[in-house]
Amino acid sequence: MQSFQFSRSGDLQSAYSAYRTADAEAADAAHSHSQYLAGGTTLLDLMKLGVMRPERVVDINDLDRTNAGLVEFAGNRLQLGALTRMSDVSDHPDVRREFPVIAQSLQLAASAQIRNMASLGGNVLQRTRCSYFRDTSYSNCNKREPGSGCAALDGINRPHAILGTSERCIATYPGDFAQALIALDAQVEVMGRNGSRELPFAKLHRPPGQTPHLETTLAPGELITAFRITRAPFTRRSLFLKVRDRESYEFALASAAVALDLNGDIVKQARIALGGVATVPWRAHEAEASLFNRRLDDTAVRHAADVAFADARPRQHNAFKVELGKRTLMRALRQAGDMEI
Amino acid sequence: MPSTKHDKQKPGWSRRNFLVTSMVSTMSVSLLDQPSASAASIATDPHAPHTTTINVNGQRYHLALDVRTTLLDALRDHIGLTGSKKGCDHGQCGACTVMVNDRRVLSCLTLAASVDGRNITTIEGLSQADGTLHPMQQAFIDHDAFQCGYCTPGQIVSAVACVKEGHAGTDADIREYMSGNLCRCAAYPNIVEAINQAKTRMKEA
Repeated sequence: MQSFQFSRSGDLQSAYSAYRTADAEAADAAHSHSQYLAGGTTLLDLMKLGVMRPERVVDINDLDRTNAGLVEFAGNRLQLGALTRMSDVSDHPDVRREFPVIAQSLQLAASAQIRNMASLGGNVLQRTRCSYFRDTSYSNCNKREPGSGCAALDGINRPHAILGTSERCIATYPGDFAQALIALDAQVEVMGRNGSRELPFAKLHRPPGQTPHLETTLAPGELITAFRITRAPFTRRSLFLKVRDRESYEFALASAAVALDLNGDIVKQARIALGGVATVPWRAHEAEASLFNRRLDDTAVRHAADVAFADARPRQHNAFKVELGKRTLMRALRQAGDMEI
Repeated sequence: MPSTKHDKQKPGWSRRNFLVTSMVSTMSVSLLDQPSASAASIATDPHAPHTTTINVNGQRYHLALDVRTTLLDALRDHIGLTGSKKGCDHGQCGACTVMVNDRRVLSCLTLAASVDGRNITTIEGLSQADGTLHPMQQAFIDHDAFQCGYCTPGQIVSAVACVKEGHAGTDADIREYMSGNLCRCAAYPNIVEAINQAKTRMKEA
């Protein structure tokens, strides 16, 4: 691991200043010399691998004593502080009752130890598990070394993405929580140079396109402080379904975050997000629209799945994800339809 | 920004300033009290040391470490508590599980500098002062819940936390909430039995 300067900050302003001190010239977050450290479950791992080599590490764990460490549910709004830990939120009674898809997405992720460590802000920013990204002995990774090529395109690409890919990168976005957030139209609060700003969660991640090294729209030093989710007629009838190589403590091969508002068995509103199959948290708008005013029967569910994967671009080893992803979504929709709420 | 001593210290590390740091408190254990080879390795480290104070199993330790030192390496190589094991060193196996402020975490993905002032419980801190084993330790013996034993300290610390969290209600819960601790000998059925025994005894205790 490359050595670094270390400091701890207990308030947002000093954290931002400490970050930018080592980083004043960075044009974008990918060229940043600083990193914030919260749970460390991504950062320490990738620093040991030599994939991330920050010169300055700003420990922000003390921010959990500020609003960034709180979970609040008031009126119709759930606010999740970015420094709250996955386990605290997945076990939170308001979250479990009103937003099951959020609680489940967190509970099905990682292990009990990692959920105790990992912050929500860090969780949505976790890096891909693409083995060519994580292994620095491969010189061609556009995400790690812009312009160097992509070893995964013709490599062992079984875990890789089939949606949102580009000819520069097919790395899968690995998280689960993000799918719940994007399905429920969450907002993200971010603190930066000019104070606080808010953006839709759907605008946080950037598809790889020509610049897979730029993973988010955050400016250097900008820090996620909270997520906001509004209760809606579909939030109680929601769930997260995750399919993986082993039953626990594994990343998704395919996952679906779904939420339904039903009138009898007629769909008034549907929310669908897909994980394990896409380069970014993936909202399936067309599939949602295909269910509108339809009876939630096998035909409608199968059609929605076909629509969701219509643009899939499989490679040599991951073609199975098209069918697996469809079946995962179909099962999730049926289970959501059967929920007693 | 709260500046660290690290920022103020000049690079380089001599026996003299090592002694000064070690004598900050005479009521607690400093690195000097541990006559291990690790002390010498620090003295030759080219990087400026970062001072951290952690409480491990009720004992206070003042440490001056390379800032890259993980909690796991601090425990094993600098404090001399080698019960916590290094398996994968990447947060995938759980052999390094310890409790920080009563929550189970992975010490291999935790910087020692990040837990300054926190309370750490390791496998060495579970038994009583007279040597009586924790009910979970005894249960692992009673149910032969290991073969090679390498993952066992992490399993036991994790299992104690699992019970305290209230996640050991059913066999399925135990399997799910213990999934972060891998056992290459596959002693899983016996581990589940051990936790079922210990959860009852822990309530009685």
